[in-house]
Amino acid sequence: MNDQSSFQTDALIAEDIDAYLDAHQHKSLLRFITCGSVDDGKSTLIGRLLYDSKMIFEDQLTALQSDSAKHGTQGEEIDFALLVDGLAAEREQGITIDVAYRFFTTEKRKFIVADTPGHEQYTRNMVTGASTADLAVILIDARKGVLQQTRRHSYLVHLLGIRHVVLAVNKMDLVGYDQATFDSIVADYRAFATSIGIEQFTAIPISGFKGDNITALSANTPWYTGPALIAHLESVEVDAAAAQGQPFRMPVQWVNRPNLDFRGFAGQIASGTIRPGDAVRIVPSGKTSTVARIVSFAGDLDEGVAGQSVTLTLADEVDCSRGDLIAAAGDPPQASDQFCATFVWMDEEVMKPGRGYWLKLGTQMVTATVQPPKYEIDVNSLDHLAAKTLGLNGIGVAEFATDRPIAFEPYATSRQLGGFILIDKFTNATVAAGMIEFSLRRAENVHWQPVSITRDDHAGMKNQRPKVLWFTGLSGSGKSTIANEVEKQLFVMNRHTFLLDGDNVRHGLNRDLGFTEADRIENIRRVGEVAKLMADAGLIVLTAFISPFRAERQMVREMLQDGEFIEIFVDTPLSVAEGRDVKGLYKKARSGQLKNFTGIDSPYEPPENPEIRVNTVDMTPEEAARFIIQQILPLK
Amino acid sequence: MRSLTHLERLEAESIHIFREVVAEAENPVMLYSVGKDSSVMLHLARKAFYPAPPPFPMLHVASGWDFADLLAHRDKTVREYGLRLIIAQNDEAETQGINPFDTGSALYSQAQLTDPLKRALTDHGFDAAFGGGRRDEEKARAKERIFSFRSAAHRWDPKNQRPELWNLYNAKKAKGESIRVFPISNWTELDIWQYIALENIDIVPLYFSKPRPTVERDGMLLVVDDDRFRLEPGEEPVTRPVRFRTLGCYPLTGATVSEATEMNDIIQEMLLATGSERQGRAIDKGQSASMEDKKAEGYF
Repeated sequence: MNDQSSFQTDALIAEDIDAYLDAHQHKSLLRFITCGSVDDGKSTLIGRLLYDSKMIFEDQLTALQSDSAKHGTQGEEIDFALLVDGLAAEREQGITIDVAYRFFTTEKRKFIVADTPGHEQYTRNMVTGASTADLAVILIDARKGVLQQTRRHSYLVHLLGIRHVVLAVNKMDLVGYDQATFDSIVADYRAFATSIGIEQFTAIPISGFKGDNITALSANTPWYTGPALIAHLESVEVDAAAAQGQPFRMPVQWVNRPNLDFRGFAGQIASGTIRPGDAVRIVPSGKTSTVARIVSFAGDLDEGVAGQSVTLTLADEVDCSRGDLIAAAGDPPQASDQFCATFVWMDEEVMKPGRGYWLKLGTQMVTATVQPPKYEIDVNSLDHLAAKTLGLNGIGVAEFATDRPIAFEPYATSRQLGGFILIDKFTNATVAAGMIEFSLRRAENVHWQPVSITRDDHAGMKNQRPKVLWFTGLSGSGKSTIANEVEKQLFVMNRHTFLLDGDNVRHGLNRDLGFTEADRIENIRRVGEVAKLMADAGLIVLTAFISPFRAERQMVREMLQDGEFIEIFVDTPLSVAEGRDVKGLYKKARSGQLKNFTGIDSPYEPPENPEIRVNTVDMTPEEAARFIIQQILPLK
Repeated sequence: MRSLTHLERLEAESIHIFREVVAEAENPVMLYSVGKDSSVMLHLARKAFYPAPPPFPMLHVASGWDFADLLAHRDKTVREYGLRLIIAQNDEAETQGINPFDTGSALYSQAQLTDPLKRALTDHGFDAAFGGGRRDEEKARAKERIFSFRSAAHRWDPKNQRPELWNLYNAKKAKGESIRVFPISNWTELDIWQYIALENIDIVPLYFSKPRPTVERDGMLLVVDDDRFRLEPGEEPVTRPVRFRTLGCYPLTGATVSEATEMNDIIQEMLLATGSERQGRAIDKGQSASMEDKKAEGYF
């Protein structure tokens, strides 16, 4: 180990452990990511940092030496990369496939390193690693210079709001420590960085393999006058400290009610500071109060600052629960149900415009729909491309609408209050990460027009309770036949009904829509909205659409009042429906003349818990209709 | 303005994680192994919900070969803090002929630790379980998420993990599925010891040196903790000043000779040590991907 480094000194530990511990208690924490192309030497650099900071023990070193002989790419020398490439599968492939977190410590700081993969298909991993990083180390192979991947990684680093960038020009040993090579790479990079808005970066010539300019300045690069990598990492400002200067905000995580006399609001302070007596406002309700106490295990605190997890009690009994935000009374954040955001798609299944996803921002969990993107960003050329949706690793800009107003800040102001994830409601997968750009003003200006005749009045006049009987099933399953029969029987019972089916909707309201997945979703959304208006008017609405996706049926269910949506699954097997083939569509689909046909080359997701299940194998349409009506009685 | 120290930042993150789980899961539980990491977790949980007690029970997977001091410390802690304790144990080990002396380490850990754990999680219907795993312990752990999703069969799929961004955790899951949550993922062994010293956390006396009866076997120093310890011909327990860096089943956990009787001595030894913490664990040996395999099976 080089004697100029600031890694821990064994002498101090051995001689005066108390002094050592005292010094190490006051260290700060810096999180950074390393990014680069596959062979730029990221894992080797991290392995080197761990090795030099004595984070590698003898037993691990023994394992490393035997692994190096077996899998290593460095001949007789120790392959530091093997220390870092954790999972067995990737060790065989020789590449890193996921985000790994590593730790090392110096005299001044503790570091958490996110090791993120460099190859094309893993944008999502890099975005994940970058989301919590204060600083990014972008590696460049000195022999190759600025590559397309360097540009992509730099763009993502900037997109995720990382303010500190280090350009580590690696493998300097392989270009003879040549200054001209280094200077030309730095000039290339500067031109690109400026064009995407990276105003500053620190360039350092290194060799992860040989150890040049890592812990100490190297004699091989006398022309380099900047800091060694570690010295630089020890000196940059940490983001958490900067957040203290902003107005107070704390998302409420959990309401602490151990007994009737105590009601505390627990959360992690996103920005600002708070003291007992400070005036606060609950967002979005707008109620105000003052902080009574900052309660902690070790006694009440005089002050809470950004980054701390605290419990506040308020002077007044105000309504406040998980998902609300406690903010400085005089300077609260905005609340809106529509905003524009840049987002990264992270799922194999493409984004579905109009579908309802869970959106989690801070501690708020709401349903959100995404408009078709305004454009997709080509991360290589940074061009804006026209797009109808986004696929895995796609990055785009779109408008979002939520089912109720949420409190947020633009991402550029606050990572905690401007970053969100989307969760698929059926697979529960995290499918996207988004960064809010700005609120859409129209959300603030559109107000509901209050009406004097209510939906109850409409229903009361018709002497019935509105319902939506939603028939779903394969093409040819008998949906329209049964729905028609149900409507006939209800008509005889003096009920006010209306039947919506493909024929009266596809030819008018939805004639602009085709049969792609996105169009099918929009088709169902519009039918749902129409059914909702008709239910508001007091009608019993019957709909007969294949409606193949659970998510859209769920979306319609959520539009309506509890108990109004009756999902009726016409459960006719594919073989029977195809055997009938009344309209000859299955034949066309099988021969490839008809694309996106449900049951053939487009999926049908059967209901998991339909209110009613019928089929046309065991029942006649009349029997099925009678069965359905029995299930939905009484009608008043 | 005051900037937080690294321990304050780690503490705040862990408390945030505890609260997210309690807010979003229906029936959480904390895996309590009584070791130093568990002791730190318990301390963080008590801070997170203060003045309320931690709103979940503790689950201890007892192998039947636990150190007597460890069980005593467990019972004392539970009593003192008014915690609810659930003990999971394989009651049929004896009839199945499973013991740490004759049974291979893979089968032993499966039968005595992994299976009872999975059974307890299923029987009680726990949908979230806090564990004390740290990313600095082992390569497979370094890649695991803080909220780590498990199938209904408790399996981990390292290739199919949910992306985890900012401090936003996705706790959504289908019925029967569960989440293992690691609130101290980002702590290192040194952080743990520093925090124990700083916060005066009570830990099992086994971490401190004391003269204990020992035998040397397969390069490990084993403590003869009770009279079930099977001595090989010619073995005679020798009293040595020893302590432990990590605690498992006593016949499988190696002790180190040490004079460290104070907290700072322990930290000093740790910092000057040349072997990793898990070196004393017979269960981790074998091929180097073995932790990943065990985790895929449901081990914590």
